[in-house]
Amino acid sequence: MQVLIAIIIGGIFACAIYMILRRSIVKLIMGLALLGHAANLLIFSAGGLSRARPALVAPGETAPLAPHADPLPQALILTAIVISFGVIAFMMVLVSRASEAVGNDDTDLFTATDQ
Amino acid sequence: MSTLAVLPVLLPLAAAAASTLLYRSLRAQRVIGVVATSSLVVVSLMLFLRVWDEGIVVVRMGDWPSPIGISFVVDLFGAIMVVLASITGAATALYSVRGIDKERQSFLYFPLLHVLLMGVCGAFLTGDIFNLYVWFEVLLMSSFVLLALGNERNQLEGAIKYVTLNLMSSALFLTAIGILYGTFGTLDMADLSRRLASTDRTGVVTTLSMLFLVAFGIKAAIFPLFFWLPASYHTPPFAVSAIFAGLLTKVGVYAIIRVFTLMFPIDPGFTRPLLLFLAAMTMLTGVLGAAAQHEFRRVLSFHIVSQIGYMLLGLALATPLALAGSVFYIMHHIVVKANLFFIAGLADRIRGTSDLRSPGRVSVYARAPLIALVFFIPAMSLAGIPPLSGFFAKLVLVRAGLEIGEWAVVTVALLVSILTLYSMTKIWAEAFWKGPDRNEDEPESVERVPPTMVLPVAVLALITVVVGFLAGPLFGVATRAADQLLDREAYAEAVLGPERGSRP
Repeated sequence: MQVLIAIIIGGIFACAIYMILRRSIVKLIMGLALLGHAANLLIFSAGGLSRARPALVAPGETAPLAPHADPLPQALILTAIVISFGVIAFMMVLVSRASEAVGNDDTDLFTATDQ
Repeated sequence: MSTLAVLPVLLPLAAAAASTLLYRSLRAQRVIGVVATSSLVVVSLMLFLRVWDEGIVVVRMGDWPSPIGISFVVDLFGAIMVVLASITGAATALYSVRGIDKERQSFLYFPLLHVLLMGVCGAFLTGDIFNLYVWFEVLLMSSFVLLALGNERNQLEGAIKYVTLNLMSSALFLTAIGILYGTFGTLDMADLSRRLASTDRTGVVTTLSMLFLVAFGIKAAIFPLFFWLPASYHTPPFAVSAIFAGLLTKVGVYAIIRVFTLMFPIDPGFTRPLLLFLAAMTMLTGVLGAAAQHEFRRVLSFHIVSQIGYMLLGLALATPLALAGSVFYIMHHIVVKANLFFIAGLADRIRGTSDLRSPGRVSVYARAPLIALVFFIPAMSLAGIPPLSGFFAKLVLVRAGLEIGEWAVVTVALLVSILTLYSMTKIWAEAFWKGPDRNEDEPESVERVPPTMVLPVAVLALITVVVGFLAGPLFGVATRAADQLLDREAYAEAVLGPERGSRP
């Protein structure tokens, strides 16, 4: 299971980089979104993949019953997902405005700031 | 009692909320902008004095014990950075009152400025690595909007480059945090410092340190990761450029220094040669890039890159003197760099252009000699002419380099300093001195420069002069901050208490 997840994460990272390096600006957004997903999956697997209970404390107990899953990576991913959701939404508007201004979606033509 | 350490975050948050609610009244937003940022200066100075007197201040959110809860840890370095951030913020708010057009102001410019300051202060204060990521995102998010606000073609293109590379950096940072947590099981920087010190998994530690170096290196604009900076920093209004130039890359530098003192101390065999090489290349490529530019702010943008090299140099040399030099360099640089961008805005108003090749409609020196002279102070300070602040900052770094016999990098630092002087004199001659030919028609009306734009420039120039004359005592502050940075165990003990014999 660990190996499978590791290969999947690596694959997503590779796809993300490939998409970012494409010239079309829409693929740039897809690449950045995939990059965020890859990082999130990595955090998820970093917490350890196990068949365990949620880390909830049952009535009358003082600690969650072992074996329980580590809740922290899930909290981290939740935060990261919210952030990347906001950033990608902003990026989509930015890209649509920028491609309107340039009149093309080819990133090689985005050279106005380099002169 | 501990609220003082949280106020640099709460105050901008409250100001952002209040000015968003008052979005109809630009006047109210301006007043809140200036008042809130000025009170932030007072608060941050109080926090600095407290840390100076009592040592590291720790605030635990919700009173959860470290390392379970998230804590704010304010050491001297963090407190100094917050003071500098608040000074830059206050200068920018005052400059923006007239320096930013009404359209941008009515599209929530001021609330975004407050949120940016909140993110920057949060990043300087937090003691938790994931929390640092969150503060980075807060400041990045508002900087994205500030950069694109106005919808000009240049701005949008610059924003695409800026946003893309900063998102890459954030993803790398997040990846590094994931691996760090998976390996060491904690996110509290003090706890990490102890666990990393006693681990024998050097392979993972080195990999992690390099991931952090690349992630923060993109944000700090070090060689070869800086290309987004000169492509975007000259596109927004001058006030926005100034606060970006003063603060944002320095947050990256702060993070590099924090991570490479607290978590991954400089390893003489591997990280030191690498960082020295990167520092030298950053200085050199930045200054050579600047020499080839003919737009006021693009020249200054390349100089930001070049100056980042000096800060990195102090960290790479890794002696207490060199690290103190780095801290002092940051203190000097933030004020000077923000001021240069402000003055670029004033010159642009008077000349009507920022292109150094064009004579403009009137010579700045002829029209407003005082502004031209005020440019001279930060410009010469940047080049390192005594008795201004930049001279002492460079002197310390050069001396620290010579003490341990790093001749090559010291040579580069001195050469870069001369080339900086060349760039500054180029700007002086082309943008301030030179004017249109006398035969041409006298321009009928030149825009007057409002006093609210001149005041922040004058104050920052005054600070530069004062830093130059009080270099001794201020360097004492930097030395104490550097000693604190190098004492990892003191930081860990302030957060976690004395080390226990065994750990789970």
